[in-house]
Amino acid sequence: MKSIILLILITLAGITRALAGDEAPTPLSNKTAIDLVQSHADYVWTLVAAALVFFMQAGFAMVETGLTRAKNAINIMMKNLMDFSMGSIAYWSIGFGLMFGATTTGWFGASGFFLSDFTAGGDPWVLAFWMFQVVFAATAATIVSGAMAERTKFSGYLIYSAVISGLIYPVFGSWAWGGLFHGKGWLESLGFIDFAGSTVVHSVGGWAALAGAIVLGPRMGKYTIDGKIRPILGHNMPLAALGVFILWLGWFGFNPGSTTAANKDIAMIFVNTNLAAAAGSILAMCVSWLKFGKPEVGMTLNGALAGLVAITSPCATVSPFSAIVIGSFAGVIVVFSVLFFDKIRVDDPVGAISVHGVCGAWGTLAAGIFNMGGTSLKVIGVQVLGIAACFLWVFPTAFVLFKLIEKSIGLRVSPEEELDGLDFVEHGGNAYPDFEVSTRGGMSTPGAPAGAAAAVLAGAVKISREIKAV
Amino acid sequence: MKQISTIIKPFKLDEVKEALNAMGVTGMTIMEVKGFGRQRGHKEIYRGAEYQVDFVPKIKINVVVAESIAGKVVDTIKRTARTGKIGDGKIFISTIDEAVRIRTGEMGIEAL
Repeated sequence: MKSIILLILITLAGITRALAGDEAPTPLSNKTAIDLVQSHADYVWTLVAAALVFFMQAGFAMVETGLTRAKNAINIMMKNLMDFSMGSIAYWSIGFGLMFGATTTGWFGASGFFLSDFTAGGDPWVLAFWMFQVVFAATAATIVSGAMAERTKFSGYLIYSAVISGLIYPVFGSWAWGGLFHGKGWLESLGFIDFAGSTVVHSVGGWAALAGAIVLGPRMGKYTIDGKIRPILGHNMPLAALGVFILWLGWFGFNPGSTTAANKDIAMIFVNTNLAAAAGSILAMCVSWLKFGKPEVGMTLNGALAGLVAITSPCATVSPFSAIVIGSFAGVIVVFSVLFFDKIRVDDPVGAISVHGVCGAWGTLAAGIFNMGGTSLKVIGVQVLGIAACFLWVFPTAFVLFKLIEKSIGLRVSPEEELDGLDFVEHGGNAYPDFEVSTRGGMSTPGAPAGAAAAVLAGAVKISREIKAV
Repeated sequence: MKQISTIIKPFKLDEVKEALNAMGVTGMTIMEVKGFGRQRGHKEIYRGAEYQVDFVPKIKINVVVAESIAGKVVDTIKRTARTGKIGDGKIFISTIDEAVRIRTGEMGIEAL
């Protein structure tokens, strides 16, 4: 009985092997199979990370709307929707080719437009890589919408959004990251360290935000003629906090995903990312506690983001302890930076310039200082060069762009439109139709006595008209 | 008929409402309002900038009753809405010329 069963089994095995056309495994075929598994894992990790970074768009949308007034909530949602949608198309058509195309000069790429690197049936890695890169481009673009919130003309904003994703971001990106695909940037050839984009993504967004906020001018009623700063309260702090948590989650794709490979390196990057965010929020909370007498939520939220932005450049090349130090400094810097920009009357409703521009620069510098592979004046010098190159490319270009938009179709809404709220004026809608919107049509800052409000309003209208006249 | 209009601290609403119901006043209208009398506002802070909040949230209750029980209503409200701290509120009494129940057309005291 046993031998008959054995005979049947052997026969079956022989038949199936003959049907399958199996060869005996060789070392080479094993290696090919193993490499294929690794390749599949690379795809999976890169695309999962891309999905996490995509979800950061929701984080930005929640932070921005939570920290601004209800009468502009729809406008914030539209700007964020379009940042990603228009950014995707602009990056597909032009941006990706500029950033990662083959280059002769090292200053911009010139191949791979309209995803021409992909042919049906060909190697799909370019698709996975593009997907990962487009969500990064969209992150840079959407940083600006927070700094320009509550007074920007929607049509003007759309033009800017296409240009940053299609031109400004990719050109600088090509200098630092072109070599990750078909390009070769001049900055990376010098050894510039920016693993996941403190400068490439966040400073690019931050300096463009600075240009936008300066060209636009402050919101009406934000700064008084006699130099006082009047807070314009966000309408939903829980949404702002939700946004920060979503961004923190998304950053676990942003930083570790930049390996674009499934390997053990991602563990330290994960840990560094988390520690920097934690340290940033704690230090920002402490600074706000000491300075203002109470731990303040807006600063604490900004502190977490500051830590995340700062660790983005060094996340793969510093120790976890260094990550805590880097995040801590970012948490302190961001508080003073927010206060500084208010003092020089650059109105940034969400702190985007401080979180992304200033702390992006700090993180890039820290990548040189705390580099595990060793630091030197040369290493730090290249980092400083990259920080400066980013500012010198992005800020003037964005400034000129915003000025052009201002002179042509207009960048800022009229004072009356700003008072009514962009939701109604630009989009014909009401974000919260079931709720009483208490700020509709009037000065929204609480605690301002009626007579003073009228005086501030008149003064603010005068100032904004003067800005428009310049 | 008298209208008794009272401004009270919001957390006192349930207590005042129960007491009025217990003494036979069954209808009332309430509004969420903001205001201040001698009670100062307070300072708040937002992203590093201080601001003054002068208006304090309150609840306003309007009841219309027969003149004969108006005094008792006022005493009930005074008793239940009081905490002894600044900001307890105020009661205003005015005369109502006429009242109408919409469903039936009744007028005067019958409408209350």
